[in-house]
Amino acid sequence: MTDTPQAYSAAAEIGQIRERRTWIQIAKIELKKAPYSAWFGLIVIAIYLFVAIFAPLLAPHGEAEIFPASFAPWGGDFVFGTDQIGRDIFSRLIYGARNTIGIALATTLLSFAIGGSLGLIAAISGGWLDQLLSRFVDVLMAIPGLIFALMLLTIFGSSILSLIMIIAVLDSTRVFRLTRSVSVSVVVMDYVEAAKLRGEKLGWIMRREILPNIMPPLIAEFGLRFSFVFLTIAALSFLGLGIQPPTADWGSMVRDNASMIQFAKYDLTAALTPMIPAGAIALLTVAVNFVVDWFLHITSGLNDEH
Amino acid sequence: MHPILGTIIQRLLLGIVTLFFVSLIIFSSVEFLPGDFTQAILGQAATEDTVAAFRAELGLDKPAYIRYFDWIGAVAQGDLGYSFSGRSASGVDRSRAVVDLVAPRLGNTLFLAGMAAIVSVPLALVLGITAALYRNSVYDRSVNAVTLTTISFPEFFLAYLLILFFSSLWPVFPSLANVNAETELAERIYKCILPALTLTLVIVAHMMRMTRAAIINLLASPYIEMSQLKGLSKAKVIMRHALPNAWAPIATVIAFNLAYLVVGVVVVEVVFVYPGIGQLMVDAVTTRDIPVVQACALIFATTYILLNLTADIIGIVTNPRLLHPR
Repeated sequence: MTDTPQAYSAAAEIGQIRERRTWIQIAKIELKKAPYSAWFGLIVIAIYLFVAIFAPLLAPHGEAEIFPASFAPWGGDFVFGTDQIGRDIFSRLIYGARNTIGIALATTLLSFAIGGSLGLIAAISGGWLDQLLSRFVDVLMAIPGLIFALMLLTIFGSSILSLIMIIAVLDSTRVFRLTRSVSVSVVVMDYVEAAKLRGEKLGWIMRREILPNIMPPLIAEFGLRFSFVFLTIAALSFLGLGIQPPTADWGSMVRDNASMIQFAKYDLTAALTPMIPAGAIALLTVAVNFVVDWFLHITSGLNDEH
Repeated sequence: MHPILGTIIQRLLLGIVTLFFVSLIIFSSVEFLPGDFTQAILGQAATEDTVAAFRAELGLDKPAYIRYFDWIGAVAQGDLGYSFSGRSASGVDRSRAVVDLVAPRLGNTLFLAGMAAIVSVPLALVLGITAALYRNSVYDRSVNAVTLTTISFPEFFLAYLLILFFSSLWPVFPSLANVNAETELAERIYKCILPALTLTLVIVAHMMRMTRAAIINLLASPYIEMSQLKGLSKAKVIMRHALPNAWAPIATVIAFNLAYLVVGVVVVEVVFVYPGIGQLMVDAVTTRDIPVVQACALIFATTYILLNLTADIIGIVTNPRLLHPR
């Protein structure tokens, strides 16, 4: 009796090298299964990013270029007309994408750098440092964010730099809480203990042992934080305290053109002019929320299966 | 002592400590002002005497901790200091007491917020509980989709949408909520309808989603399944078994969203030019009028802390597990 060549061998199967999927392959598989809302969100975000990056090439006129015709109607040389001092609304919308998204992105990244690293340090070291940082964050979070931001803007004045710093610091409190709470359960794992005994430094433990394990909730939080920061900056600019003219920005564009709404009966397009930047803000937040929803669904679903 | 009482006292003390630190932060905002800010307020032509008098009025010649106790003592007696505006280089002082600026506007803001709360709290609870009961039905999905969209909209977008439809295209409500002390109640309500509706749309969405999540969480617990298997009616399961445990999360949800109202009110007041405390604060920030900003921030922060504290305490008091000491 001899072995047939096609006989099953368990040893051979186990011995086979299991191919690991690269993250691009995983992304492709997940994208195929993604719901319409996620696709919608991804496409909208891609369009916004494209417009933001290639703003100078896409805009027909300059960002702060002033034309003699103020409050010009839609059509002709100016697609969406001009504003109260004769700047092309369409061009300002395109530049506004760059400024508004860029500033919100920079703020969110900074708040994750501050909140994330402090949260990790608090979770790893524990003890009095953890208590001190946590209680400090508690106090900061007891004041509503927008009110705190208004107070700090009074002191430091409204410039883009102080806007980014203030909102990043205020927002980092929430990042701190999330990072700390998710990493507290990872810190007690054996492999972290092993790394500590191996003599690894704090930076290594943070980067190589803990961070990869807390990535999914942090990425989802990044999306949520981004839309929150984006809305806060838009609200501050709308109040006239955020991004200052002549820099184009959607929040202040709504404020500048708001009075045109009362002419809706005579010229609907004029009334819609302030609604376009407001709608642009709303559309991006909806898109980000859809993508975050989908991402949370995937990551939590995977956790359930394994 | 009853264990509940101990927990409540602990929470109250914690609230007082938080208030102390918050007041410390708000107070220290003056410390970060650049040294020449008196010049900016009084004007370039201010004489040295005027500047010195102004600095003495602010107490800048005393150490910071004494000024803090002076300030917090005055605040406790209802004296919020004097506004920075209305001062001149010649030393003539036409500044107004911050209390006189804040008090009437605080009333207006409370009226607007109260109007929004009276409509939105019951509405959100009914929507949230029914959506949780008929989970994954068409009703649930459509309520969810609508609220997810309104959450994502900035407040001023909702406000201008409402103005566009109900004030401009179909003029039924005024777009300016310019009330004053003499305005009759009926007219006041009529003028506040659009701002209150904006606030309602924003917080109903939040509140409804949080209520739904809290109830769904609860309905998944084994004792609810047990009561269903016993054959109790749906109404009885909800009223007798689910709700007693749900009060704590629901109270938290309501307080959280009323606190959110405190922030939302700022933008909405500016859109509708409503003479409330939010608009006062925005104006004060523009003119860098620190005493007014401090007073407004203190009021907003205190409201926020007190609401959260109330929610905590309601959660403790209504918790059936804590009612019977072991």
